[in-house]
Parts: sequence; structure tokens; C-alpha cells
Amino acid sequence: MKTLLDCHKACKVKVLKLNAKDELKQRLISFGIMKEATIEVLEHAPGKSTIEIKVGKMRIALRAQEAELIEVEKI
Amino acid sequence: MKTIEPKACPVVAKHIKVALVGQPNVGKSMLINSVSNAHLHVGNFSGVTVDKTEVLFDYKSYHFTVVDLPGTYAFTDYTIEERVTHEYLCNYEYDLIINVVDSTNLEKNLQLTSELLTMNKKVVIALNMSDEAENEGIDINAEYMSELLGVRCIKVSAATKMGIEELIESIIATYEEEEYETKLIFSEAVEEEITRIVSYLEKHKHEANNSYRNIAINLLKNNKKTYARLHEDPIWTELQPILIEASKHIELHHDSDDIKEAFAEEYASFNRGITTEVLEQKNFEAKATLTDKIDRVLIHSFLGIPIFLFFMWGLFQLTFEIGAIPMDYIDMFFGWLGDTVGATITNDGIRSLVVDGIIAGVGAVVLFVPNIIILFVGIALLESTGYMSRVAFLLDGFFHKFGLHGQSFIPLVTGFGCSIPAYMSARILKNDRDRLLTLFIIGFMSCGARLPVYVLFAGAFFSPEMAGNVLFIIYISGAILGLIAAKILKITAFKGVDEPFVMEMPKYRLPSLKLIYHTVVTKTMMYLKKAGTFIAAASMLIWFLSNYPHNLEVEEMYMIKIESAVTEEERIEQENLLAEALLEKSYLGRIGKFSEPLFEPLGFDWKMSVALQTGLAAKEVVVSTLGVLYSLGAEVDEENRSLAGAISKNISFASAVAFIVVVMIYLPCFAASIVFTREAGHIKYFFYLLAFTSVTAYVMAFVVYNITKMLV
Repeated sequence: MKTLLDCHKACKVKVLKLNAKDELKQRLISFGIMKEATIEVLEHAPGKSTIEIKVGKMRIALRAQEAELIEVEKI
Repeated sequence: MKTIEPKACPVVAKHIKVALVGQPNVGKSMLINSVSNAHLHVGNFSGVTVDKTEVLFDYKSYHFTVVDLPGTYAFTDYTIEERVTHEYLCNYEYDLIINVVDSTNLEKNLQLTSELLTMNKKVVIALNMSDEAENEGIDINAEYMSELLGVRCIKVSAATKMGIEELIESIIATYEEEEYETKLIFSEAVEEEITRIVSYLEKHKHEANNSYRNIAINLLKNNKKTYARLHEDPIWTELQPILIEASKHIELHHDSDDIKEAFAEEYASFNRGITTEVLEQKNFEAKATLTDKIDRVLIHSFLGIPIFLFFMWGLFQLTFEIGAIPMDYIDMFFGWLGDTVGATITNDGIRSLVVDGIIAGVGAVVLFVPNIIILFVGIALLESTGYMSRVAFLLDGFFHKFGLHGQSFIPLVTGFGCSIPAYMSARILKNDRDRLLTLFIIGFMSCGARLPVYVLFAGAFFSPEMAGNVLFIIYISGAILGLIAAKILKITAFKGVDEPFVMEMPKYRLPSLKLIYHTVVTKTMMYLKKAGTFIAAASMLIWFLSNYPHNLEVEEMYMIKIESAVTEEERIEQENLLAEALLEKSYLGRIGKFSEPLFEPLGFDWKMSVALQTGLAAKEVVVSTLGVLYSLGAEVDEENRSLAGAISKNISFASAVAFIVVVMIYLPCFAASIVFTREAGHIKYFFYLLAFTSVTAYVMAFVVYNITKMLV
């Protein structure tokens, strides 16, 4: 199983599943992070504690713990 | 579009109440500013507006009330600000919704739109930032979109004021319409279930305010309120099995056991459909956007944080260097004003009140207006360019170690300007514990009102070349102390699990000069207004307390000595001693003397102790108090007429450092304390804050005083 956290910079992936619980899951969905969505990893903050991704045209900052809950596959 | 017929009875104007809804940072507040002449605060990050604000204006024969609601990504109650919006939309009376949409990111914005369309309310869609979209080669067919959605979609730009009139006309037209039906269509599976439920409701002639379709959608979405209402109805027993079947069908169709997720996917595919139909991306190039390029440098893994620190350092250098230029003139002006006004007043008491009380007190505060302006410009740039969210991104990992949330950065930075909006903006934090923790820490970020104290002391004890660095060090050490305090609070008082961090990073925007100008002028005028009213009144009070009661015995004793003085020097010395002795016998002197033992371990004389106590009202009062106290005592010395001079002469370096530490840490001001209590939700938190800051300030000042004394 590969998660968003495992992705390198500039890597493009497709979301397979969200392993987050209710509220966080709703939050991710409202940001457009849902099944079938395409995500591009833009940047890692120092120590890979936070990552910046691009979904559609929107840039989103996520913490490593959250990125780990997003199952993805490379496209 | 329908033309507006002249009203038959023009006297009776119609009231239209509009709720302004949209995702965060799409320019809702800016749109209101364009439509009316309001000056709502705008910025380029999520969460500028945290509470609902009403703006009134007239157009033709209509009275408009526009309610600016905090941005929300979807109909969830994730953060307090989102709760404000959700609650308003569901429970308040209003005529229609303007859904503000960012044209440059249509598909994502429609996510909220599609939820609004199922609400059974009249909606007008404002396709904002149309000018920006055009520059990016995005062409939206607004007419076709109106047709597809069944609601009016108008291209507007809040920045250039394009399409504003058309938008208002559309609001009126929609308002006047009787029949209204939006055209949101779901997948076959969902539509099938909706039809089944609707026909069931029709068969039983269920009575309701909403349309049956609306009820059906709400039931399928597990809307608690709709459930509660129908639960009372006898038809519930038959309806329930239908609903269970329907949910199973939909979940199967979406291969998910979460009905909310299933609906989100429904909306998303509807939005994708709409976007494909109405949006045309011309000359699309895969090349990096400007934002991508800037981000490559500014949020670079290694360079990002040093660059940020450099910006901050530069800001404080400018604050001191450029701010110092007009200071001499302002100082001279108040000196001249004092002399001129003083010459016209014959009564000694009144002259002293005006010159030593009001002019000295207000002058001491107004002196720092240039510094304040530069600081406000810096914060306005940080807010409006989009850099703020980048710094939150960079610092999240670091903040997280101290138990703070990356998004805490936004209220904390706002705190450098003023603590009051900072306390308000802590609402962007979802979790109450995170929010309380942030509220407790905000005071450590030195606000604009404390800047005068720092500039005064830095200028008094350091050379002009060093003073800017000293300011930077003061601010940074305040922030670091705040982080340490956060860590301590996190492992003691606010224990708990970490909250997720998911934040939108807005596009970089070049802020308009007009916008910066408005923000800075508004804040500066507030500062000046405070100086003219509150500070002036406080200065008068302090003057009174420091002049009365008149001690005649002391006066007579010194008068004999002054008269018998042989040399001029001796006479001046005796006059100074008299002034000092009188001040010590005054009410304020007594208060100061009374509290002096408490502050003695920190190296403060009674004047400093008094200044700190009056500073509880507002931090500017610290400076004005010192201004009044030292202008009464040591005015005669011509060489050191300025307050900075008086301070460097009368206060030891170690005491000055300890004084700054106390100002840095203790309670911001009276007004901020009230806002803090309101935002924290209970008066007990205020007492915690009072105890926490006072003890920390005292202990830190004591340690710093003794270390500095040993070193110097």
C-alpha cells in the first residue's frame, strides 16, 4: 500500500482511498481530495513534516500524519 | 435579463436581505466593498472574515442588507467560522444567497455551490475574479451556465468593479421571481431513489415548507433536522425501510459505506460536467505559473525559513531607520506646541495640565506614528500577498514541536499588529484546545502599541545603527518565549491529541496600493484617535494624580533654599529636588511608593512601577506616563529635554532590560482582555491569563535583571 507521504516531489498520483475518520475525511473531500482525484506533490517542508500538494488548481498544505491516510497509486 | 419596471408606489422601498456565501478567499468581503462603500478588512488567506458582518446600501428603490459570512469549503462545522456560516444559512431569515465563486478555480468552488443549490433558497452566482481568469485564458460561458444550473450567473470582478451593476440587477430580478427551481441533477441511482421518496410523500400528501425533492435529498444525505421532523410523523414507519433500501442502493453504486462521501462524489461529477460544458481553457500551456516559480524559492526546504527571518529583520530595520527620520520633527512640533500654548495660559495649574499633562502625554504617543505605519504596511503586505500561508506551511513542523498548530501562525502574526483582531482570528482553529492555547500565546507577540515602548528604550540605550537589530531581537525573543510557554501549557494545561493540518495555499497576488493604503490608514487613524481621546484623558488623570495634593511644607522648605542659592547651578539643582520631592508626595507618588517594594527586585524605581500599572489600560499609556512623569521631574535640564534622554539618564541598563521584558509579557491591554475573555468563552480563562502572564513576566524580568547586572 502506497500513501501520499511516500511520494517524491513532482510526483503525480491518483487517490484510491481515504483512511481518515469522519470529520477529517469531510474536510479532505471539501478540499477536493477524494477518490479518483489527481494529486501532484509540490514541495516538502524541512524534515518532511508538512507537504504541499496540488489538487486541480488548488494548492494545499498537509501534515505528514494526514498525508499518510491518503492511499494513492502512481499514474 | 428582465428589466425593472418603475415601482407603482415609490415611497415604499423594498428590503432585500442577501447572504454572501463562498469558499474562503474568493473575495467576498472585497465584493461587498465594491458594491457598497464599506471598508471591510480583506486579505489573501483563508479566514480573514471570521464573523458575520452586515453592510447596508441602497440601489434604486431597494434597501439592501448584505451579510458577509465567513468562507466555508463545504457545509460542515469544521471550524467556528464555518459553524457561523452554516448556522446562519440554516436558521436565519434572508431573501437570497449570493454565491461568490473564484472563476480561476471553478470546479472546486462549485463544490459549495452544488450544496447551496439543494437548499431550496434563491441563489445568484457571482463569478468573481473574471479579469484574472481572462488573463489566465479561462473563458466561462456565464449564460450557458445560468441555463444549466437554473440560477443567474454573473461575471464580476471585485477588484476592477466590473459587472457589479449587472449583479445587483440580477439580485433584484431573482428576488422578484415567483417560481424558482434549480437544476441540480444526480446520477441515475440517486435520482431513482429521490423519485421513489418523492412519490411516496406525494401519495401521503405530506405537509412541508420545502419541496418534496428537497426533503428527499436531505433524507438521503442523512440530514439530522429533516430526520427529526419526519420522525414525529406517522408515515415514518413506512418511510424508514424505503430509506434504508435507498442508502444501500446508493452506497453500492459508489462502492463506499459512507453516504456523505457518496454524495460528495455525486456533487463532484455534476460539477465536472458543468465545468466541461461552460469552461474553455484557451492557449493552455503546461508551463509553470508565476506562483509556482515564486514558491520554488520562498518555500524551499532549506532557504524558506532564512528568507522569512530576513524579511522580518528587514521590517524592523525599516521600522526603526525610516521611522526615526520624521520623529525629530514631531518631537520639535510638540515642543513648540507646548511652549506656544503654554505662553498663552497665565494660570500655573492649567498651564501645567495642558503642557505637562496633555501635550507631553499625547506627544509621547504620537511620536511613534511613523514606526507604527511602517509596521502596519509590513503586516498588510504579509496578509495581502499570500505569503502568510507559506510561512504557516514552513513553520508548521517547528510549531508542531511546541504543541501549536501551523495555522496558529495567522493569529500570531496578526498579534504583531494588535492583539484584538488576533484573538478573533484564532477562530480559524478547529479545535477548542488549540484555540485556547493560541489565545494564551498571542499576548507574547508584541503588538503595535508596545512598539513605542521598545523604540523609546532602544533609542535611549543603543546607537541608531543597533536599535533596529535590538527591535528585531525583542520581537523574536517575545515570539520564542511564546513558543516555550506554548510547550509548557501543552504538556500541562492543554493536553490532548494533535489536530489535523489541512490548509489552502492561495495564489500570490500583487496587492493593490489602494488596498494597502486603506488598511494602513484605517489602523493608523485608530491609533491617532486613541491618542487623542483615551490617551489624552489618561494623561490628564496621570497629571492630576502626580500634581496633587500640593505639599506646601515641602514647597516652602525648598523655596527658602532656592532663594538662598548663590550660584545658578545650585538654584537649578534645588529646583529639581523640589520637583522630585513634590512628585513623590503626590497621589501617584504614593501609589508608586506603595508598590515599589514589589518591583524593587526587578530594579524599577517608583515611576517605572507606576508606568507599568497604568499600562494595564493600554500599552501606549506606558510611554505617555513616562512622558508626564519625567517631564515634570527633569525638564529643567536643557540638554536632555527629550524623553529618551531623560530615560537613559535616570534608568540603569539592567532595569531597562527588565522593564522591556515585563512590557513584552504582561497583559496586552484592557480592551484586548475583554475580547480574550469573550473568545475564550469563560471569565475564568481571563484570570488564568492574568496569573500566567504576571507570574511569567515577574520571574523572567527578575532573572534577566540579575543576569544583566552581573554582565554589565
